[in-house]
Amino acid sequence: MGTRMKRDAAMRSFYMALVVPALFSGLAHATTVEEDMAWTGGLKAAYFADREILSDDLIVLEAPQRAENAAIVPVSIKAGIPQTEDRYIRTIWLFVDKNPGPLVGKFHFTPATGRADLGLRLRVDAYSPVRAIAETNDGQLHMSRRFVKASGGCSAPASSDPDAAREELGRMKFLVRHKDAEENSTRVEGNPPPSLAQLMIRHPNRSGFQMDQVTRHYAPAEFVKEVTVSFEGEEIFRAETSFAISENPSFRFYFAPRQEGAVTAVVTDTEGREFSETYDVSSVTGDVAARR
Amino acid sequence: MILPVPASAGVADDRAITVEKIADGVYVRPGRVAVVFEADNIANTGFVIGDRCVAVIDTGGSPAEGRALDAAIGKITKLPVCFVINTHVHPDHMLGNEAFERDGVEFIGHENLPRAMALRGDTYRRRAAEYSGNVANPPKIVLPERTVGGTVQLDLGQRMLTLRAHGTAHTDNDLSILDEQSGILFAGDLVFLDHLPVLDGSINGWLDELGQLMDKSLRAVVPGHGPAEAEWPVAGAATVDYFTALRAAIRSWIARGGELGAAQQGIEAADPERWRLIDQYHKRNVAAAFAELEWED
Repeated sequence: MGTRMKRDAAMRSFYMALVVPALFSGLAHATTVEEDMAWTGGLKAAYFADREILSDDLIVLEAPQRAENAAIVPVSIKAGIPQTEDRYIRTIWLFVDKNPGPLVGKFHFTPATGRADLGLRLRVDAYSPVRAIAETNDGQLHMSRRFVKASGGCSAPASSDPDAAREELGRMKFLVRHKDAEENSTRVEGNPPPSLAQLMIRHPNRSGFQMDQVTRHYAPAEFVKEVTVSFEGEEIFRAETSFAISENPSFRFYFAPRQEGAVTAVVTDTEGREFSETYDVSSVTGDVAARR
Repeated sequence: MILPVPASAGVADDRAITVEKIADGVYVRPGRVAVVFEADNIANTGFVIGDRCVAVIDTGGSPAEGRALDAAIGKITKLPVCFVINTHVHPDHMLGNEAFERDGVEFIGHENLPRAMALRGDTYRRRAAEYSGNVANPPKIVLPERTVGGTVQLDLGQRMLTLRAHGTAHTDNDLSILDEQSGILFAGDLVFLDHLPVLDGSINGWLDELGQLMDKSLRAVVPGHGPAEAEWPVAGAATVDYFTALRAAIRSWIARGGELGAAQQGIEAADPERWRLIDQYHKRNVAAAFAELEWED
């Protein structure tokens, strides 16, 4: 009971903080200094202490200025360098400053990724900066930032069809598209071109901020917390994620299969469930991977 | 954003509304095309009068709107309200419920309505309160006392209503109400006219449910949004056409490997001259439909 009371109070003040900017957004959106207060006022220090973060174009974050559906906000990150053994992006952090839990996730890449691009969908609970920070293998940090106008993504009812989502919990879909890689400018000489992959997971990814009006309790958080994708045993992509990922998480990333082989995706959630699928991937032909 | 004029705190909102008689004993309070929460009389609401009592079908987007509907009923009949039926969970259809909370009134909805109200009620109350300026006193969420799966008949005294719970379509809790005597169907938001349809359930399910409804012979329908009454099945075609075109465009987008963000930019609404609020709701519909259709085999 005590916990709930505290949480109610916390949520109330959280909402109150949202009300004013939401009503006067047209006026408030002039100053980026104010927009970045959550970041400069503590978030940055909490995650990166006093490390220097370069605001350059090593990565470019793309996000809509206005999110039409705050529970499904598509964002993508494009890497300006290819993944090579000498130099590669090893981690990308993604934040929505004003979300109740600002860290959306940490995404890990390897040279085998080919290209550290990433596409996914977020919940955005308020008008907020969204920022991606890439750490290269030499330990440098590079940031790209966008401001997104959206609200209610975390507390808004996520699912329009909860029964359908529940019935298929854990089902996955894995797609590989070699064609898209043909025009890939960051291809490394001598290596196969990276292929675009998409991993989709059926999961409610419930935020824990949706209140049940009857019981006055919040529906407990239930979300995917880790996704590991490997090719022939070698990790190519790993995500540590939060409820800020939309229902039915979808990740688009690249990898460069050097030969035909098996891709395995392992997903674990906050309930301790583990889902796993293995797919055959041809390095040359075929767009859709077959499930083993 | 246009700031709504706050209802001044402390002053009772006792607006008078006009209702349209569309058949003997069947009345509609026409809504107006606007974005949800920016007005509280967006949805078409109505009532049906039997020999014994009155059934109210949706209550509008605020307690004030519900009270005005109640008052309008009182000017037309001395019979009591015995049922309040909500066609689905959306706030423009049910935030007037509390105006009818009294002895002798039974609230009825789809079997999924209590869950939907439970999960969304708090967000709706908060947003309604923000928009009205009356943050201290948000509207109540009044849950159904009786729920419907399949079909149920209600007797208003020499007048039967048939309530049908639909599969997931506009939402996962759509209920339609047929007045057997007049042959008029209150379709709720299964049918939109003028106001762009808003997808919050399943595009495939919605097209399935409408496909079945289109075969029915009805004197007229009361759409959830649009004119007070409309000819059937002609009136259903607009919603069917919009979603059929949207589904085809998204399927082809997905088949080409396209992603959601680009689809929202690239896929336009079919027959734009038919609809208002395309800028407000079309991209949202693309996202909702995309997230459903990408799971098709």
